Amino acid sequence: MLNAEMSQATLPNLTGIVDANRRTDLVMAGIGISVLIIAMSLLAAVVIDLIVGGWPRLMNPDFYLNFPSRHPLKAGIVSAWVGTILVMLVTAGIAIPLGVGAGVYLEEYAARNWITDFIEINVSNLAGVPSIIYGLLALGLFIHGFGLGETILTAGLVLALLILPVIIVSTREAIRGIPLDLREAAYGLGADKWQTVRLYVLPAARSGILTGTIVGLARAIGEAAPVITIGALTFIAFLPPSPLQASPPFINFEWLESPFTIMPIQMFNWVSRPQAEFHINAAATGVILMLMTLAMNGIAIWLRYHLRRQIR
Amino acid sequence: MTQKIFHDQHVTQLSPKTEPPPHAQRESLAAEIRKLSFWYGETQALKEITLSIAYRKVTALIGPSGCGKSTLLRSFNRMHDLYAGNRYSGEICLFPENHNLIELDPFMVRLRIGMVFQKPNPFPKSIFENVAAGLRIQGVQNKKLLSDRVEQALRDAALWEEVKDRLSQSAYGLSGGQQQRLCIARALAPQPEILLLDEPTSALDPIATAKVEDLITDIRNRFTVIIVTHNMQQAARISDFTAYMHLGKLIEFAPTGELFTTPQETLTRDYITGRFG
Ligand SMILES: Nc1ncnc2c1ncn2[C@@H]1O[C@H](COP(=O)(O)OP(=O)(O)OP(=O)(O)O)[C@@H](O)[C@H]1O
Ligand SMILES: [Mg+2]
Repeated sequence: MLNAEMSQATLPNLTGIVDANRRTDLVMAGIGISVLIIAMSLLAAVVIDLIVGGWPRLMNPDFYLNFPSRHPLKAGIVSAWVGTILVMLVTAGIAIPLGVGAGVYLEEYAARNWITDFIEINVSNLAGVPSIIYGLLALGLFIHGFGLGETILTAGLVLALLILPVIIVSTREAIRGIPLDLREAAYGLGADKWQTVRLYVLPAARSGILTGTIVGLARAIGEAAPVITIGALTFIAFLPPSPLQASPPFINFEWLESPFTIMPIQMFNWVSRPQAEFHINAAATGVILMLMTLAMNGIAIWLRYHLRRQIR
Repeated sequence: MTQKIFHDQHVTQLSPKTEPPPHAQRESLAAEIRKLSFWYGETQALKEITLSIAYRKVTALIGPSGCGKSTLLRSFNRMHDLYAGNRYSGEICLFPENHNLIELDPFMVRLRIGMVFQKPNPFPKSIFENVAAGLRIQGVQNKKLLSDRVEQALRDAALWEEVKDRLSQSAYGLSGGQQQRLCIARALAPQPEILLLDEPTSALDPIATAKVEDLITDIRNRFTVIIVTHNMQQAARISDFTAYMHLGKLIEFAPTGELFTTPQETLTRDYITGRFG
């Protein structure tokens, strides 16, 4: 039979191809795993080194509650972690609405013309501008121009500017990833543009936007250069006024105008001291800074999970 | 071009099953397309189409791929307006007001005319919220009204029994056929004047297809339906009138039985006998 002949002729050949493919798969998997191991062990080495180096201080509760001090063993990071949290609040509060809004506008509303193209190119390029340039901009504009001073507000603003391009670009990409037929379904029911965006496009793009936002915030939390440029303090022995108060209206915004320091600056300051004891403090601060970044990612994962379950 | 005017004679075409309720008899047309042309930028996709859409009947659009069936269907709820460079000329008149929907606000038009697409496209929300979407867009807040209309639409779409215990679960958990019926329920819930179906069963298996065909047969007394289909048996089974299109033109339009048994045009005959297309 012709059929039998044909399959006899082609079968060994097919097995050969399958075997070859399987070998390629194995080789690629092997390369992948080795690269992963190298990268992960480098990272692990850094983390372990920091933890081991900072261990004595990490185990001491005073470290988290004390202000910086000339005595390494009394010095703590309370002003730094409070400052970092407050600055990040300002950054997130400004960068997320602005970035998501700009992304939605560019993707859904802006007319396709050369002005939009020009804005697009600029946004992408801004993502590559060195952070210290943003610091100089803030020094000139916010501090000398608007007279905002060396405050938490100024730091939050400059970091928000820094991560705005990341949030805009990832919002646009997340929105662009929403299939056309989902929009057509919404428009087909008579939805206007804003309803379509708000009720269907944004919720579907949520997890992409969240991921971009976290990448941006994680970058901002570790930035020292632009914040040093605007003149953040390196030694500070008081906390900003509390955002909460006992009497109505229960929240106040005086903390926005307070001087501050942040974790990376505190770390930088201690690393540059000659005494080895301060280096221990710096390592411990690094560990906490990483934990803060991790916690932020954790919040994002939780949010994503929660939002996905929350569909009514 | 052979066009059968059915204003007067269509009553004789009715099977007893499709006898419309008394109040529906006052008019026989839901819409009339008059010399409709349409351009995607420079390419003309529809050429002076004139066609009547019978009130509370099923009208099928058939024809070879690329002949403009989807283009015509999508003109009805102004989907083309979403993309730049598209242009209409001519009229699609909605009755009884006799308004040309090409000149109405597209959002208003879409509130009155529902559409179901070729591929099921549920929203990433719960089953209930999918069906309620159109009502929510119209600003309906009343819980009782919402749940009544959702149930009614799901019953109309022959999906109620399958989903009534899991209305709050994600629509993505449904099978493809169920998702398509969900999309039909979503289009039905706001009670549109005309329901547009663009090859609604082309992504479904035979059993799911049969369910969709059955539900179309069940709702034909209450909704005006226009359906695009590649499947001539389907057109023959479920439609009252059939329009055959070719290269952007309407070639022949007649009661379904007549078009399939005694086509007047050679092009139609070739197409339905499978010689072409
Ligand atoms: N967005 C578009 N831009 C330009 N031309 C288009 C566009 N969509 C469709 N066309 C053209 O318009 C003509 C009609 O297309 P249409 O989609 O209406 O055909 P159809 O009858 O629905 O075909 P099918 O049965 O394959 O779905 C085709 O020649 C097609 O190439
Ligand atoms: Mg089509």
